[in-house]
Amino acid sequence: MKKTPLYKAHEKLNARLVEFAGYMMPVYYTSITAEHKAVRNSVGLFDVSHMGEVFVKGEKALDFVQQITVNDASTLFPGRVQYSAMCLENGGIVDDLLVYRLADDEFMLVINASNIDKDFTWMQKNNTFGVELNNESDEYALIAVQGPNSRTLIEKVFGTEFPMEYYHFVKHSYNGMDFIISRTGYTGELGYELYFKGDEAFSCGLWDKLFELGADLGVQAAGLGARDSLRLEMGFCLYGNDIDETTHPLEAGLGWITKLKKPAFNGKEAIVSAKEAGLKRKLVPLVTEEKSFPRHGYEVESDGKKIGYITSGTVSPVLEKGIALAYIETEYAKEGAVVNFIVRGKGTPASITKLPFIKK
Amino acid sequence: MNIPADLKYTHDHEWVRVEGSTGTIGVTDHAQKELNDIVFVDIDSGLAEITKGSQFGSLEAVKTVGELFAPVSGKVIEVNAALKDKPELINTDPYGEGWMIKVEITDLSDLDSLMDSEAYAKHLGQ
Repeated sequence: MKKTPLYKAHEKLNARLVEFAGYMMPVYYTSITAEHKAVRNSVGLFDVSHMGEVFVKGEKALDFVQQITVNDASTLFPGRVQYSAMCLENGGIVDDLLVYRLADDEFMLVINASNIDKDFTWMQKNNTFGVELNNESDEYALIAVQGPNSRTLIEKVFGTEFPMEYYHFVKHSYNGMDFIISRTGYTGELGYELYFKGDEAFSCGLWDKLFELGADLGVQAAGLGARDSLRLEMGFCLYGNDIDETTHPLEAGLGWITKLKKPAFNGKEAIVSAKEAGLKRKLVPLVTEEKSFPRHGYEVESDGKKIGYITSGTVSPVLEKGIALAYIETEYAKEGAVVNFIVRGKGTPASITKLPFIKK
Repeated sequence: MNIPADLKYTHDHEWVRVEGSTGTIGVTDHAQKELNDIVFVDIDSGLAEITKGSQFGSLEAVKTVGELFAPVSGKVIEVNAALKDKPELINTDPYGEGWMIKVEITDLSDLDSLMDSEAYAKHLGQ
């Protein structure tokens, strides 16, 4: 079992640790609801060092990224980040990822922890461009600082201003360490992600500093539990739940990152065919007023007929209602329509709504 | 982990406190920690009877749902009404105010297959 460089910090905070993607990760420290609300109202710190970082370098780095991802990486300039996905030839999603353009000839691809080995093999297999690929996932620590007070906090810690816009990043040096600091996150709040090659002493030192200077900003350590409820309130997809190799980007609602006008990329033909044939199903947001809550794997019915299944479900700490994402047959996927999800053989009504679940 | 010595335990992390033929039932400290913030206790207020090993309700937490299995068979005497408005009592006081139901145990030999605190601690790998 791997440990992140912040493992000691989690132990010190009495975190509830669970195995996730081969790492011992904090699922919560005190209360998922409290951690969730801290991120919505003040600022939360997440250890997401388990995420993977692959560096792509070479004259044809852009061509390589264009081929393996669905979004248009040619619009990126150094300092710009983009959300994207990698697809199989049949359109199934290998992984979703963030694409950082570090230089004209260099990119950083940030991938899901559970997919690091699979993705790196996939990248190597698709490297007909002679680019240099380095998997530096084990070297990089990653702290996500998320919430309305996040900017104030990191500016206090680093002693400089970070005025960048959403999905932009800067390189910054601090205590002799090189950082990539991006205005990104998985919570829907103002937030920043700090990438650095820190060992335990450095990482825990920075974590403690964020706590010390964040005390009067309401800082709170937040675990994977809150990370999941926060992303679901925004309707962000989670790989392994809402998207995987059996789903394609259009049915997952990721048409906005799938640039079908791009000359060629893995999966394009299959995705274009699926679009022309008409989507069979769609990922839709559901909300219920009932005290029976939607969970991953529950079936969805309309008038007693099975029309789909739930991929992610939780109790929204902000709305205090059950919320979910579900794949359902396209003809039923109409906003306002009422469907039933099945809990222990019993139907519970939920209505199809729109994202995000919480208005910001 | 808090595992009181005077209770009997199931493999599914329920406990029973036996006083005469009355059994008070709840979930363990381990169970509430696994679930974290419990937001709704789904036990039918009209629940009349439970059958050992059968599901009698569920606990809805933010992260997941926990199913409740009857440790013994019996007639339900009382369902803890306080949990309706304060489900968090299960998190804050799992062996006290967070109790769920009281039953008249049909057959006290149902208790023989339950674990004592030592066996339960071992079951948790402690």
